[in-house]
Amino acid sequence: MREIPFAQVRDTVARLCVEANCLLGEDVVRAFRQALETEESEAGRGILKQCLENEEIARRDMVPMCQDTGWAVVWVELGSGVRISGGALGDAIQEGVAKGYTDGYLRKSIVKDPLRRENTKDNTPAIIYYDLVPGDGLKITLQPKGGGAENMSEVRMLSAADGAEGIKKFVVDRVARSKANPCPPVVVGVGIGGTLEKCALLAKHALLREIGSVHPDPFYAAMEEELLERINRLGIGPQGLGGTTTALAVFIEAFPCHIATMPCAVNINCHAARHRSAEL
Amino acid sequence: MAKKITAPLTEATVKELRAGDSVLISGIIYTGRDAAHKRLFEAIKEGKPLPFKLEGAVIYYVGPSPAKPGQVIGSAGPTTSYRMDVYSPLLIERGLRGMIGKGNRTRPVIEAMKKFGAVYFAAVGGAAALIARSIKAAKVIAYDELGPEAVQELRVEEFPAIVINDILGNDLYEQGVAQYRKE
Repeated sequence: MREIPFAQVRDTVARLCVEANCLLGEDVVRAFRQALETEESEAGRGILKQCLENEEIARRDMVPMCQDTGWAVVWVELGSGVRISGGALGDAIQEGVAKGYTDGYLRKSIVKDPLRRENTKDNTPAIIYYDLVPGDGLKITLQPKGGGAENMSEVRMLSAADGAEGIKKFVVDRVARSKANPCPPVVVGVGIGGTLEKCALLAKHALLREIGSVHPDPFYAAMEEELLERINRLGIGPQGLGGTTTALAVFIEAFPCHIATMPCAVNINCHAARHRSAEL
Repeated sequence: MAKKITAPLTEATVKELRAGDSVLISGIIYTGRDAAHKRLFEAIKEGKPLPFKLEGAVIYYVGPSPAKPGQVIGSAGPTTSYRMDVYSPLLIERGLRGMIGKGNRTRPVIEAMKKFGAVYFAAVGGAAALIARSIKAAKVIAYDELGPEAVQELRVEEFPAIVINDILGNDLYEQGVAQYRKE
């Protein structure tokens, strides 16, 4: 049994919180640059230039690219041959998030109760999803998720009779109704299948994919391409000021389905499409 | 060419601004988002004093990240505005002349802007490290216990924004999207 010390997990999580918020992924930067070449609106190009300039400042000064440093959503792939010594894995992650957000000057955006709304002051609790996998590795992915784009997300319980076109209409309509609110150009995560909550998880997990990557299933690769094209014909554009770049990518994750159901979830990410992983 | 304007805003300034104008705002503005708006709204309803003078004021919908040592303020981009829409008409009626945020406003806010003379500006959402450079001083003046939602007085120099809704009822979001919509 391989042992990983509690402190190593905690400190890795703390580092990931800061890095995810200050260092935007190269795939997103590349997508901004590509969009700058194709965007038809002058105002839209101006916004994209500011996104690039902002990314440079954040990287150089190690400051958050956005003041909303998000919910700390944590994806864990825990090998069956690993144990954490000196404490529980969940505690190490929670302590790491508190440390990262406090020592890293990140915003504390979480309230203790949805109705009574008192700030927890250290951005905990993190939301943690565990996947138990073979081997003796531990992979941790930090996905800081901003509130503005999360608010534009939705699950709908469609029927098999709605078919692929029903899914497409729902996804495009969800982005259309979001207008300028979620900080376009957005990344659109789509979950299809599973149960109500599984479907939402698929949509959130889909947002971890690298922009520019192609879905391994040609059926869904084609659907992603069509959805991206249709979304970019909506005219919303960068920051909703009008333009041809409303989304940078559409990512679909599909899962087996009950014969009576066809749920579809749309999880919108703002242009600060942040995530950072470490393997211990 | 961006118009240089000074906050607090005068009636004359507000009258001249039109949807689509790029502006650089200098002067004093106040931060306020969800929780602070609820408190301001309740204070007005209960006839209690407000932490700053509303007449001519500009409120920036922002909850900044904490300042690092040596910084005036942390990253400070706009939050989505519609969540303030239930409170904004009363604030506008009581003299608020400018709001800075991002995203579409609802009809009652747009009508209040027309009726009482106020404008809605958008700052670039997510460009928070860049925007922070135009904030030269910051101090908490109310509701400190709200943490990132406390009301701060900000001194800004050439804060970049764009007019979305003017006093004539024009809406830059609607105009811009209509121009590029293809389906």
